Amino acid sequence: MKAPHFEYEKPATLADALRLLSAGGDNAKVLAGGQSLGPLLNLRMARPDLLVDIRTLPELRACEDDADSVTLGAAVTHAAIEDGQVPDPTHGLLARVAQGIAYRAVRNRGTLGGSLAHADPAADWVTTMVLLDAELRVAGADGERVLRVEDLVEGPLSTCLAPDEIIVSVRLPRLSADARWSYYKFNRKPGEFAEAIAAVVHDPARGVVRAVLGAMEGAPHVIPDPHALLGGDIDALAADIVTRSGFAPDTYEHRVHAVTLRRAVAGLA
Amino acid sequence: MTRIALKVNGQAVERDVAPRRNLVDFLRDELNLTGTNVGCEHGVCGACTLEIDGAPARSCIAFAVACDGASVRTIEGFDDDPVMIELRAAFNAEHALQCGYCTPGMLVTARDIVTRLPDADEARIREELSGNLCRCTGYVGIVRAIVSVMAARKSSGGGR
Repeated sequence: MKAPHFEYEKPATLADALRLLSAGGDNAKVLAGGQSLGPLLNLRMARPDLLVDIRTLPELRACEDDADSVTLGAAVTHAAIEDGQVPDPTHGLLARVAQGIAYRAVRNRGTLGGSLAHADPAADWVTTMVLLDAELRVAGADGERVLRVEDLVEGPLSTCLAPDEIIVSVRLPRLSADARWSYYKFNRKPGEFAEAIAAVVHDPARGVVRAVLGAMEGAPHVIPDPHALLGGDIDALAADIVTRSGFAPDTYEHRVHAVTLRRAVAGLA
Repeated sequence: MTRIALKVNGQAVERDVAPRRNLVDFLRDELNLTGTNVGCEHGVCGACTLEIDGAPARSCIAFAVACDGASVRTIEGFDDDPVMIELRAAFNAEHALQCGYCTPGMLVTARDIVTRLPDADEARIREELSGNLCRCTGYVGIVRAIVSVMAARKSSGGGR
Protein backbone atom coordinates (compact mmCIF):
# COMPACT_ATOMS: atom_id res chain seq x y z
CA MET A 1 0.00 0.00 0.00
CA LYS A 2 0.94 3.66 -0.16
CA ALA A 3 1.30 5.99 2.79
CA PRO A 4 -1.68 8.21 3.67
CA HIS A 5 -1.46 11.96 3.28
CA PHE A 6 0.85 13.83 5.67
CA GLU A 7 2.63 17.16 5.86
CA TYR A 8 6.42 17.20 5.93
CA GLU A 9 8.91 19.57 7.53
CA LYS A 10 12.68 19.38 7.60
CA PRO A 11 13.87 21.85 10.25
CA ALA A 12 17.46 23.09 10.24
CA THR A 13 17.98 22.94 14.00
CA LEU A 14 16.94 20.81 16.96
CA ALA A 15 15.18 23.82 18.51
CA ASP A 16 13.05 24.24 15.36
CA ALA A 17 12.25 20.52 15.35
CA LEU A 18 11.07 20.68 18.96
CA ARG A 19 8.88 23.71 18.19
CA LEU A 20 7.29 21.92 15.22
CA LEU A 21 6.59 18.83 17.33
CA SER A 22 5.07 20.88 20.17
CA ALA A 23 2.83 22.75 17.74
CA GLY A 24 1.86 19.49 16.04
CA GLY A 25 0.67 17.86 19.24
CA ASP A 26 -0.10 14.15 19.31
CA ASN A 27 -0.39 13.92 15.51
CA ALA A 28 3.16 14.99 14.73
CA LYS A 29 5.78 12.27 14.44
CA VAL A 30 9.56 12.31 14.27
CA LEU A 31 11.06 10.86 11.09
CA ALA A 32 14.71 9.78 11.24
CA GLY A 33 15.89 6.97 8.96
CA GLY A 34 12.31 5.93 8.30
CA GLN A 35 13.07 2.22 8.17
CA SER A 36 10.34 1.38 10.69
CA LEU A 37 8.07 4.40 10.29
CA GLY A 38 8.12 4.05 6.47
CA PRO A 39 6.63 0.54 6.56
CA LEU A 40 4.14 1.57 9.27
CA LEU A 41 2.98 4.48 7.09
CA ASN A 42 2.70 2.29 4.00
CA LEU A 43 0.75 -0.30 5.98
CA ARG A 44 -1.37 2.59 7.38
CA MET A 45 -0.71 1.50 10.91
CA ALA A 46 0.59 5.03 11.56
CA ARG A 47 -1.37 8.06 10.33
CA PRO A 48 0.42 11.20 11.51
CA ASP A 49 -0.62 14.62 10.19
CA LEU A 50 2.95 15.88 10.22
CA LEU A 51 6.39 14.30 9.88
CA VAL A 52 9.35 16.23 11.26
CA ASP A 53 12.51 14.98 9.54
CA ILE A 54 15.48 15.03 11.93
CA ARG A 55 17.80 12.72 9.99
CA THR A 56 20.41 15.33 9.12
CA LEU A 57 20.26 17.54 12.23
CA PRO A 58 23.89 18.22 13.19
CA GLU A 59 23.04 18.03 16.92
CA LEU A 60 22.05 14.38 16.43
CA ARG A 61 25.13 13.33 14.50
CA ALA A 62 27.87 14.35 16.94
CA CYS A 63 29.85 11.65 18.76
CA GLU A 64 32.09 12.05 21.81
CA ASP A 65 34.78 9.78 23.18
CA ASP A 66 36.11 10.21 26.73
CA ALA A 67 37.86 8.07 29.33
CA ASP A 68 34.70 6.54 30.83
CA SER A 69 32.19 6.57 28.02
CA VAL A 70 31.28 7.09 24.40
CA THR A 71 28.35 9.23 23.33
CA LEU A 72 26.77 8.44 19.97
CA GLY A 73 24.45 10.86 18.22
CA ALA A 74 20.94 9.48 17.88
CA ALA A 75 20.99 9.83 14.08
CA VAL A 76 24.08 7.64 13.66
CA THR A 77 23.16 4.81 11.28
CA HIS A 78 23.50 1.10 11.94
CA ALA A 79 25.86 0.90 8.94
CA ALA A 80 28.16 3.58 10.42
CA ILE A 81 28.37 1.49 13.61
CA GLU A 82 28.87 -1.72 11.59
CA ASP A 83 31.72 -0.12 9.65
CA GLY A 84 33.44 1.33 12.72
CA GLN A 85 32.94 4.92 11.59
CA VAL A 86 32.01 5.90 15.16
CA PRO A 87 33.84 5.06 18.41
CA ASP A 88 32.95 1.71 20.00
CA PRO A 89 33.59 1.37 23.77
CA THR A 90 32.54 -2.31 23.80
CA HIS A 91 35.38 -4.08 21.96
CA GLY A 92 33.23 -5.01 19.01
CA LEU A 93 29.80 -5.71 20.50
CA LEU A 94 28.23 -2.70 18.78
CA ALA A 95 29.60 -3.60 15.33
CA ARG A 96 28.55 -7.23 15.76
CA VAL A 97 25.01 -6.26 16.73
CA ALA A 98 24.77 -3.66 13.96
CA GLN A 99 25.78 -6.18 11.30
CA GLY A 100 22.87 -8.40 12.30
CA ILE A 101 20.18 -5.72 12.00
CA ALA A 102 17.82 -6.26 9.05
CA TYR A 103 19.71 -5.83 5.75
CA ARG A 104 22.47 -3.51 4.56
CA ALA A 105 20.03 -1.35 2.56
CA VAL A 106 18.08 -0.83 5.80
CA ARG A 107 21.21 -0.34 7.92
CA ASN A 108 22.38 2.44 5.59
CA ARG A 109 19.31 4.53 6.53
CA GLY A 110 18.09 3.29 9.93
CA THR A 111 19.34 5.10 13.02
CA LEU A 112 20.29 4.13 16.57
CA GLY A 113 17.95 6.68 18.17
CA GLY A 114 15.12 5.85 15.80
CA SER A 115 15.31 2.18 16.70
CA LEU A 116 15.24 2.98 20.43
CA ALA A 117 12.32 5.40 20.09
CA HIS A 118 10.39 2.90 17.97
CA ALA A 119 10.84 0.31 20.76
CA ASP A 120 10.05 -2.81 18.82
CA PRO A 121 10.55 -5.59 21.38
CA ALA A 122 12.41 -7.69 18.80
CA ALA A 123 14.82 -4.90 17.84
CA ASP A 124 18.50 -5.26 18.66
CA TRP A 125 19.44 -1.86 20.07
CA VAL A 126 16.82 -1.81 22.81
CA THR A 127 18.21 -5.06 24.23
CA THR A 128 21.85 -4.10 23.63
CA MET A 129 21.54 -0.69 25.27
CA VAL A 130 19.75 -2.14 28.29
CA LEU A 131 22.54 -4.73 28.54
CA LEU A 132 25.17 -1.98 28.53
CA ASP A 133 23.10 0.21 30.89
CA ALA A 134 23.29 3.08 28.41
CA GLU A 135 21.75 6.49 29.04
CA LEU A 136 19.78 8.68 26.68
CA ARG A 137 19.89 12.43 26.42
CA VAL A 138 16.40 13.53 25.51
CA ALA A 139 15.40 17.04 24.41
CA GLY A 140 11.93 18.47 24.84
CA ALA A 141 10.17 21.82 24.87
CA ASP A 142 11.08 22.30 28.55
CA GLY A 143 14.76 21.42 28.19
CA GLU A 144 16.75 18.24 28.37
CA ARG A 145 16.67 15.18 30.59
CA VAL A 146 18.78 12.07 31.00
CA LEU A 147 17.11 8.67 31.03
CA ARG A 148 18.40 5.11 31.45
CA VAL A 149 17.47 2.96 28.45
CA GLU A 150 16.29 0.42 31.02
CA ASP A 151 13.52 2.90 31.95
CA LEU A 152 12.61 3.79 28.35
CA VAL A 153 10.39 0.97 27.11
CA GLU A 154 6.91 0.65 28.61
CA GLY A 155 5.55 -1.97 26.23
CA PRO A 156 5.63 -3.04 22.59
CA LEU A 157 6.22 0.09 20.45
CA SER A 158 5.61 2.17 23.56
CA THR A 159 8.08 4.35 25.48
CA CYS A 160 8.01 6.99 28.19
CA LEU A 161 9.00 9.67 25.65
CA ALA A 162 6.47 12.47 25.19
CA PRO A 163 5.26 13.07 21.60
CA ASP A 164 7.33 16.28 21.47
CA GLU A 165 10.56 14.81 22.81
CA ILE A 166 13.56 13.78 20.69
CA ILE A 167 16.41 11.44 21.62
CA VAL A 168 19.60 13.45 21.06
CA SER A 169 22.29 10.95 21.95
CA VAL A 170 23.10 7.67 23.64
CA ARG A 171 25.87 7.45 26.25
CA LEU A 172 27.58 4.10 26.65
CA PRO A 173 29.94 3.21 29.50
CA ARG A 174 33.36 2.08 28.34
CA LEU A 175 34.05 -1.61 28.95
CA SER A 176 37.39 -2.51 30.56
CA ALA A 177 40.13 -4.12 28.51
CA ASP A 178 39.39 -7.61 29.88
CA ALA A 179 35.60 -7.38 29.69
CA ARG A 180 33.75 -10.17 27.86
CA TRP A 181 30.39 -10.04 26.13
CA SER A 182 28.12 -12.40 24.27
CA TYR A 183 25.09 -11.69 22.14
CA TYR A 184 22.89 -14.37 20.64
CA LYS A 185 19.86 -13.75 18.48
CA PHE A 186 17.53 -16.46 17.24
CA ASN A 187 15.70 -15.91 13.99
CA ARG A 188 14.86 -18.32 11.24
CA LYS A 189 16.14 -16.09 8.43
CA PRO A 190 18.97 -13.56 8.63
CA GLY A 191 17.65 -10.04 9.04
CA GLU A 192 14.12 -10.86 10.11
CA PHE A 193 12.74 -9.83 13.49
CA ALA A 194 14.24 -11.88 16.32
CA GLU A 195 12.22 -14.57 18.01
CA ALA A 196 14.56 -14.47 20.98
CA ILE A 197 17.64 -12.50 22.04
CA ALA A 198 19.97 -13.07 25.00
CA ALA A 199 23.02 -11.05 25.88
CA VAL A 200 25.59 -11.13 28.68
CA VAL A 201 28.38 -8.78 29.64
CA HIS A 202 31.03 -9.58 32.27
CA ASP A 203 33.39 -6.78 33.18
CA PRO A 204 35.26 -7.83 36.37
CA ALA A 205 37.40 -4.68 36.54
CA ARG A 206 34.25 -2.54 36.83
CA GLY A 207 32.40 -5.13 38.92
CA VAL A 208 29.70 -5.46 36.27
CA VAL A 209 27.77 -8.57 35.35
CA ARG A 210 24.60 -7.97 33.37
CA ALA A 211 22.41 -10.34 31.41
CA VAL A 212 19.30 -9.47 29.44
CA LEU A 213 16.60 -11.35 27.56
CA GLY A 214 15.25 -9.59 24.48
CA ALA A 215 12.42 -10.10 22.01
CA MET A 216 10.05 -10.25 24.97
CA GLU A 217 6.43 -9.15 24.81
CA GLY A 218 7.43 -5.68 25.98
CA ALA A 219 10.62 -4.30 27.54
CA PRO A 220 13.81 -6.37 27.69
CA HIS A 221 14.08 -8.49 30.84
CA VAL A 222 17.10 -7.74 33.01
CA ILE A 223 18.03 -11.01 34.70
CA PRO A 224 18.02 -10.32 38.45
CA ASP A 225 20.96 -12.52 39.55
CA PRO A 226 23.28 -12.73 36.54
CA HIS A 227 26.29 -13.94 38.57
CA ALA A 228 24.73 -17.41 38.73
CA LEU A 229 25.04 -17.65 34.94
CA LEU A 230 28.85 -17.61 35.18
CA GLY A 231 28.97 -21.12 36.71
CA GLY A 232 26.74 -24.05 37.58
CA ASP A 233 24.02 -26.02 35.83
CA ILE A 234 23.11 -23.68 32.99
CA ASP A 235 20.32 -25.85 31.55
CA ALA A 236 18.15 -25.81 34.67
CA LEU A 237 19.10 -22.22 35.46
CA ALA A 238 18.21 -20.92 31.98
CA ALA A 239 14.82 -22.63 32.10
CA ASP A 240 14.14 -21.17 35.54
CA ILE A 241 15.20 -17.65 34.47
CA VAL A 242 12.97 -17.76 31.41
CA THR A 243 10.02 -18.97 33.51
CA ARG A 244 10.55 -16.10 35.96
CA SER A 245 10.76 -13.64 33.04
CA GLY A 246 7.11 -14.43 32.29
CA PHE A 247 7.04 -17.25 29.72
CA ALA A 248 4.98 -20.33 30.62
CA PRO A 249 7.03 -23.55 30.68
CA ASP A 250 6.60 -25.98 27.79
CA THR A 251 5.68 -23.24 25.32
CA TYR A 252 7.61 -22.52 22.12
CA GLU A 253 8.54 -19.05 23.40
CA HIS A 254 9.91 -20.51 26.63
CA ARG A 255 12.03 -23.07 24.82
CA VAL A 256 13.43 -20.70 22.26
CA HIS A 257 14.36 -18.11 24.88
CA ALA A 258 15.95 -20.76 27.12
CA VAL A 259 18.04 -22.15 24.24
CA THR A 260 19.02 -18.62 23.22
CA LEU A 261 20.12 -17.81 26.78
CA ARG A 262 22.17 -21.01 27.00
CA ARG A 263 23.89 -20.22 23.71
CA ALA A 264 24.61 -16.66 24.81
CA VAL A 265 26.19 -17.89 28.03
CA ALA A 266 28.21 -20.53 26.16
CA GLY A 267 29.42 -17.79 23.82
CA LEU A 268 30.91 -15.89 26.75
CA ALA A 269 33.60 -18.52 27.31
CA MET B 1 3.18 19.85 -2.74
CA THR B 2 6.80 20.45 -1.83
CA ARG B 3 9.53 21.49 -4.25
CA ILE B 4 12.50 19.11 -4.28
CA ALA B 5 15.81 19.22 -6.16
CA LEU B 6 17.92 16.11 -6.43
CA LYS B 7 20.24 14.28 -8.78
CA VAL B 8 19.02 11.14 -10.50
CA ASN B 9 21.64 9.17 -12.41
CA GLY B 10 23.77 12.30 -12.57
CA GLN B 11 21.02 14.54 -13.96
CA ALA B 12 19.65 17.43 -11.93
CA VAL B 13 15.90 17.07 -11.38
CA GLU B 14 13.46 19.55 -9.86
CA ARG B 15 9.83 18.66 -9.20
CA ASP B 16 6.88 19.33 -6.91
CA VAL B 17 5.96 16.24 -4.94
CA ALA B 18 3.33 15.30 -2.40
CA PRO B 19 5.11 14.27 0.83
CA ARG B 20 3.42 10.85 0.76
CA ARG B 21 4.97 10.02 -2.62
CA ASN B 22 7.57 7.30 -2.17
CA LEU B 23 10.83 7.47 -4.07
CA VAL B 24 10.20 4.48 -6.34
CA ASP B 25 6.82 5.79 -7.51
CA PHE B 26 8.39 9.20 -8.09
CA LEU B 27 11.11 7.64 -10.26
CA ARG B 28 8.73 5.40 -12.19
CA ASP B 29 5.76 7.71 -12.65
CA GLU B 30 7.38 11.16 -12.82
CA LEU B 31 10.73 10.38 -14.42
CA ASN B 32 9.74 7.30 -16.42
CA LEU B 33 12.61 5.32 -14.89
CA THR B 34 10.81 1.99 -14.71
CA GLY B 35 13.88 -0.19 -14.11
CA THR B 36 13.32 -0.10 -10.34
CA ASN B 37 10.53 -2.50 -9.41
CA VAL B 38 7.97 -2.21 -6.62
CA GLY B 39 7.50 -5.34 -4.57
CA CYS B 40 6.31 -5.60 -1.00
CA GLU B 41 6.15 -1.85 -0.25
CA HIS B 42 7.34 -2.32 3.30
CA GLY B 43 11.07 -2.75 2.95
CA VAL B 44 11.30 -6.53 3.11
CA CYS B 45 11.63 -7.94 -0.42
CA GLY B 46 14.44 -5.77 -1.82
CA ALA B 47 12.99 -5.43 -5.34
CA CYS B 48 13.13 -1.61 -5.11
CA THR B 49 16.74 -1.43 -3.89
CA LEU B 50 18.75 1.42 -5.45
CA GLU B 51 21.48 3.77 -4.29
CA ILE B 52 20.90 6.95 -2.35
CA ASP B 53 24.10 8.98 -1.90
CA GLY B 54 26.18 5.99 -2.93
CA ALA B 55 24.68 3.43 -0.54
CA PRO B 56 21.96 0.84 -1.20
CA ALA B 57 18.53 1.80 0.12
CA ARG B 58 14.88 0.75 -0.15
CA SER B 59 13.05 3.18 -2.40
CA CYS B 60 9.58 1.96 -1.35
CA ILE B 61 10.01 3.24 2.22
CA ALA B 62 12.02 6.35 1.31
CA PHE B 63 9.87 9.37 0.55
CA ALA B 64 10.90 11.50 -2.41
CA VAL B 65 10.44 14.63 -0.31
CA ALA B 66 13.08 13.36 2.13
CA CYS B 67 15.54 12.88 -0.76
CA ASP B 68 15.77 16.62 -1.46
CA GLY B 69 19.45 17.30 -2.14
CA ALA B 70 20.31 13.62 -2.47
CA SER B 71 21.99 11.80 -5.33
CA VAL B 72 19.95 8.80 -6.46
CA ARG B 73 21.26 6.06 -8.75
CA THR B 74 18.84 3.58 -10.27
CA ILE B 75 19.63 0.47 -12.32
CA GLU B 76 19.50 2.68 -15.44
CA GLY B 77 22.44 4.65 -14.01
CA PHE B 78 24.76 1.65 -13.94
CA ASP B 79 24.98 1.03 -17.69
CA ASP B 80 28.66 1.97 -17.91
CA ASP B 81 29.71 0.88 -14.43
CA PRO B 82 32.59 -1.64 -14.73
CA VAL B 83 31.45 -3.84 -11.82
CA MET B 84 27.87 -3.87 -13.09
CA ILE B 85 29.04 -4.84 -16.58
CA GLU B 86 30.80 -7.86 -15.07
CA LEU B 87 27.79 -8.71 -12.90
CA ARG B 88 25.37 -8.53 -15.85
CA ALA B 89 27.54 -10.93 -17.83
CA ALA B 90 27.86 -13.28 -14.85
CA PHE B 91 24.09 -13.19 -14.13
CA ASN B 92 23.57 -14.13 -17.77
CA ALA B 93 26.17 -16.91 -17.75
CA GLU B 94 24.99 -18.43 -14.45
CA HIS B 95 21.25 -18.20 -15.17
CA ALA B 96 20.89 -15.90 -12.16
CA LEU B 97 17.47 -14.69 -13.23
CA GLN B 98 14.25 -16.07 -14.61
CA CYS B 99 11.37 -13.59 -14.50
CA GLY B 100 13.76 -10.71 -13.77
CA TYR B 101 11.55 -8.90 -11.27
CA CYS B 102 14.09 -9.03 -8.43
CA THR B 103 17.07 -8.50 -10.73
CA PRO B 104 17.54 -4.69 -10.55
CA GLY B 105 17.54 -4.79 -6.74
CA MET B 106 19.59 -7.98 -6.76
CA LEU B 107 22.25 -6.33 -8.96
CA VAL B 108 22.48 -3.23 -6.77
CA THR B 109 22.97 -5.43 -3.70
CA ALA B 110 25.41 -7.69 -5.57
CA ARG B 111 27.48 -4.68 -6.59
CA ASP B 112 27.56 -3.53 -2.96
CA ILE B 113 28.81 -6.96 -1.87
CA VAL B 114 31.52 -7.09 -4.55
CA THR B 115 32.82 -3.59 -3.79
CA ARG B 116 32.36 -3.45 0.00
CA LEU B 117 33.24 -7.05 0.91
CA PRO B 118 35.74 -8.23 -1.72
CA ASP B 119 36.85 -11.13 0.52
CA ALA B 120 33.40 -12.42 1.45
CA ASP B 121 32.93 -16.21 1.32
CA GLU B 122 29.76 -17.86 0.05
CA ALA B 123 28.13 -17.93 3.50
CA ARG B 124 28.64 -14.19 3.89
CA ILE B 125 27.37 -13.53 0.37
CA ARG B 126 24.19 -15.44 1.18
CA GLU B 127 23.78 -13.52 4.43
CA GLU B 128 24.23 -10.20 2.64
CA LEU B 129 21.74 -11.27 -0.04
CA SER B 130 19.11 -12.21 2.52
CA GLY B 131 17.34 -8.88 2.08
CA ASN B 132 16.61 -9.52 -1.59
CA LEU B 133 13.97 -12.13 -2.31
CA CYS B 134 13.89 -14.12 -5.54
CA ARG B 135 10.94 -16.42 -6.07
CA CYS B 136 12.35 -18.13 -9.18
CA THR B 137 15.97 -19.17 -9.03
CA GLY B 138 16.59 -20.59 -5.57
CA TYR B 139 19.58 -18.22 -5.36
CA VAL B 140 22.14 -20.81 -6.52
CA GLY B 141 22.82 -19.03 -9.81
CA ILE B 142 22.80 -15.60 -8.18
CA VAL B 143 25.36 -16.62 -5.57
CA ARG B 144 27.48 -18.32 -8.23
CA ALA B 145 27.41 -15.19 -10.38
CA ILE B 146 28.60 -13.00 -7.50
CA VAL B 147 31.30 -15.50 -6.52
CA SER B 148 32.56 -15.62 -10.12
CA VAL B 149 32.79 -11.82 -10.39
CA MET B 150 34.66 -11.59 -7.08
CA ALA B 151 37.07 -14.36 -8.12
CA ALA B 152 37.70 -12.78 -11.52
CA ARG B 153 38.36 -9.38 -9.97
CA LYS B 154 40.80 -10.91 -7.51
CA SER B 155 42.73 -12.90 -10.09
CA SER B 156 42.96 -9.90 -12.40
CA GLY B 157 44.25 -7.82 -9.49
CA GLY B 158 41.30 -5.51 -10.02
CA GLY B 159 40.46 -5.48 -6.31
CA ARG B 160 37.85 -2.83 -5.85
